[in-house]
Amino acid sequence: MALRTPPLDERHAAAGAKTTEFGGWEMPVHFGSIREEHAAVRESLGKFDVSHMGQLHVFGPDAVALTDRLVTADITSLSPGRARYTPVTDAEGVILDDVVVYRRESGVLVVPNAGHDEEMATRWDAHCEEWDLNVEVQNATESYGMLAVQGPDAEDTLADAGEESLRDLSRFGHADATVAGIDCLVARTGYTGEDGYELLAPAAEFETVWDAFDCQPCGLGARDTLRLEMGYLLSGQEFDAESNPRTPYEAGIGWTVALDSEFVGRDALADATNPEETLTGIRLAERGVPRHGYDVTDEDGYLLGTVTSGTVSPTLNTPIALAYLPADLDVGADVGVVVRGDRKRGTVVETPFLEDY
Amino acid sequence: MFEIPENLYYSESHEWIDPETGRVGITDFAQDELGDVVFVELPAEGAELRAGEEFGVVESIKAVSDVYAPTDGTVRAVNDALATQPELVNEDPFGEGWLLELEHEGVGELLDAAAYREQIE
Repeated sequence: MALRTPPLDERHAAAGAKTTEFGGWEMPVHFGSIREEHAAVRESLGKFDVSHMGQLHVFGPDAVALTDRLVTADITSLSPGRARYTPVTDAEGVILDDVVVYRRESGVLVVPNAGHDEEMATRWDAHCEEWDLNVEVQNATESYGMLAVQGPDAEDTLADAGEESLRDLSRFGHADATVAGIDCLVARTGYTGEDGYELLAPAAEFETVWDAFDCQPCGLGARDTLRLEMGYLLSGQEFDAESNPRTPYEAGIGWTVALDSEFVGRDALADATNPEETLTGIRLAERGVPRHGYDVTDEDGYLLGTVTSGTVSPTLNTPIALAYLPADLDVGADVGVVVRGDRKRGTVVETPFLEDY
Repeated sequence: MFEIPENLYYSESHEWIDPETGRVGITDFAQDELGDVVFVELPAEGAELRAGEEFGVVESIKAVSDVYAPTDGTVRAVNDALATQPELVNEDPFGEGWLLELEHEGVGELLDAAAYREQIE
């Protein structure tokens, strides 16, 4: 199967991007240095082509009702112009994907992860039919580009390149706005822990929007280190319906579950609020790179779990990792990550790994 | 586009050795392929290496890469600076980013600069 490519793949190649396969897409992993791209976002501004993210437009009189019954959060209380982060679970309460739901005047926009757009569109269609609702789902993933502009300079930059009113968008707010003369949907969302915006623009005009921001281009490498410093989940790593089935409570996002509403997985989750294992932050005191699949052990060498994501934090310059560990471990508990047979000492820490976020 | 000093010899797995000093490192091409180096694991001084033997690991944010001895030899010194500044491998791969120094007896069948350039191009 051929990899899907973002609208600007040739531009990125000319700019020196190295690419990687991700969720069926061939995407830039970096444009020179992950470390520099990471620092740009933490200190000033960076832009990411995130056109691999899915875009499902859900229209019709039951658009909100259908979406509400397929995600764990309460969508019915969301007013137009607001958005919410939420998992999509199956009947067992297992996370299938995590998405952002944007409430529009015309319905809702659902943004699933790379490679999950068709699965989610099918899920929405199937349940629409099963529940006899009146909804139309359009998978617009290929016809839109998505750009994330992230960093402390984001607000000034968006006000300059777009509209002054974008300063007034609150976190998870969104609005139609003109950026570089192009009609975009602009949301104050992101995956980096910094202030920032995400813009949806038609694929044919995406280049104009990309060029409107004269700042560091960033790839998936920095996107990963930035989200990991915040302890944000990555689909396929912190959860995967097949290889790593997890509930929102295990994944540390129990706050997204509205048990007082009706949705697929609600009954299973009502009985799963105190899981045996939870996603836990680890910070190593010794140098080394904890990576996906490495064992996590206690002081006596007993296996506690395995690393789901790990890196050397560019901001902290120390190794950090996420792993599902027994829920009774306290912050400060002695845990180690086994790197090529060698146990590197560390402790359980709170996430975000960064302070003041 | 990649730096390939004329006075060094090269392995097909992208290590270099300076025949005068015995210093060993990874090439400019290799560090660029790896990206930002965040960790380097090296053998102890006195370790005996065989040509082609894996002697350590260079890790970047995105990848783990084994490094191989370009010749037989005994490790005379390791670059301790890399423990706290692994990024030296990116910044100065043929200088401050060296990995170790080998007592060795000749460069055997290693590539010269021209042959290595041909390999990576």
